[in-house]
Amino acid sequence: MQLTLADAIENYVAHGASVALEGFTHLIPFAAAHEIIRQRKRDLHLIRMTPDLVYDQMIGMGCARKLTFSWGGNPGVGSLHRLRDAVEHHWPLPLELDEHSHAGMAAAFCAGAARLPFGTLRGYAGTDLPARNANIRSVTCPFTGETLAAVPAINPDITILHAQRADREGNVAIDGIVGAAREAALAARVLIVTVEDIVDELPPAMNAIVLPHWIVSAIVHCPGGAYPSYAQGHYTRDNAFYRQWDSVARERDSFMAWMHEHVLQQRDHRAFIESLPVARA
Amino acid sequence: MSACTRDEWMTVAAARLLQDGCVCFVGIGLPSAACNLARLTHAPRIVLIYESGTIGTRPDVLPLSIGDGELAETAAYVVPLPDIFSYYLQAGRVDIGFLGAAQIDRHGNLNSTVIGPYDAPSTRLPGAGGAPEIAMHAKQVFVMAKASRRSFVEQLDFRTSAGYLDGHGARSRSGVPGGGPRAVITDFGRLSPHPESEELQLVALFDGVSVEEARAAVGWPLSVADRIETIAPPTPHELEILRALDARTREAHARPVHLPL
Repeated sequence: MQLTLADAIENYVAHGASVALEGFTHLIPFAAAHEIIRQRKRDLHLIRMTPDLVYDQMIGMGCARKLTFSWGGNPGVGSLHRLRDAVEHHWPLPLELDEHSHAGMAAAFCAGAARLPFGTLRGYAGTDLPARNANIRSVTCPFTGETLAAVPAINPDITILHAQRADREGNVAIDGIVGAAREAALAARVLIVTVEDIVDELPPAMNAIVLPHWIVSAIVHCPGGAYPSYAQGHYTRDNAFYRQWDSVARERDSFMAWMHEHVLQQRDHRAFIESLPVARA
Repeated sequence: MSACTRDEWMTVAAARLLQDGCVCFVGIGLPSAACNLARLTHAPRIVLIYESGTIGTRPDVLPLSIGDGELAETAAYVVPLPDIFSYYLQAGRVDIGFLGAAQIDRHGNLNSTVIGPYDAPSTRLPGAGGAPEIAMHAKQVFVMAKASRRSFVEQLDFRTSAGYLDGHGARSRSGVPGGGPRAVITDFGRLSPHPESEELQLVALFDGVSVEEARAAVGWPLSVADRIETIAPPTPHELEILRALDARTREAHARPVHLPL
């Protein structure tokens, strides 16, 4: 069950699969995304509440045919230019959008984790989103007659997370901001987790988020695997990198040059980090 | 102390609207600055919730993203994101929700999705995020947005979140529970809905700003309340706290990351 990152991606991520790399700002699995890019996976249905830089890179590198999401910006900075280019100019490929609100997508992940067919919420009222997305419908409560919003369950073929630690049996512990990581993990058919540390025994934490070994398909030891996102207790978010991404990704040429130099020409995540100024910090 | 910027004035004007002890659903940018300024001045018991799941957070520096580690480290507790939207926001446990937008119309409806047609936008904006349900469920919504004829528009390109819909009670008739956009804080002053028509009208101006300047910045014929409040400039104390917060933030965001490899 413990694999190298290259083997985990090769074994589990098929062309055309639906893939959720979750982690809400925190613990974004960048190393796994870069390996998917290196292995030239194509035609993926990408699922993430906040596409963030991680999907900006995958979309710009031509990995995606469809995106399920709820907020597609560079947090606190501005646009995701590669996402915009795909939507506005179909470059490098057209991108089908399945667009939600955070509350709607959270409900869809919860339904997926519970293996229910749909999630329900008081949401989307007075918005144009339902008119543009057939996946946002309504349902009548059988008890009160109230009309509620309904969204189909999200059950990704593969969910990939980054976490602080796993034990040798494959139990995974996450702390800090967890977003919808737990729901995305339990909703998936296959779960891959990259971790900072593999330990003999997880620290006792009765109410912490733990993903038990029998729902985890593969553990990958990958220190720094969330960088330039962060791992609470290990390293902080590289906010300067997020700011600089705005100019890297603004133009196709500068984006492609950066991806070639720092991702495609690097053999793994450690080499990626060593190719950046952060390695010398 | 040097003269303040309009951003600082907006931030201070928004902060002054927040009562001690209120529960605020905070967005990134000016709302985050306003909420933390309130916490560091007149409202030490304000409860700040960020949608990443941090509750009762007391950041020493402003976060760049909605999920910076600073928010978790200084929170009273951190919950999964679905809990925030279901058990807190949808359950009616948020007093004030802050929103921004690329476009706002005269009834406080907001667009943060696209400029141009949805299927072939000239500008693809980030999208909804938490906004539609914050707009629905918060007891009051405060909007912070700089005014121009491109942003305060006659007709939205897309309605991402509901204000008062077409006004005259349309929102409450549709069964939307929250109170809607009670205040729009902008860079000339403040708009609030008329009690009957629910059309946004000018209710407050920054000291020294004219009604004409406000009208020129709004893309619909702006109506003016019978009495217009004057918003005093930031006090030296408010400016000192805000600028110190901004300085700490700039320093923290430029700090190199150490990766323990």
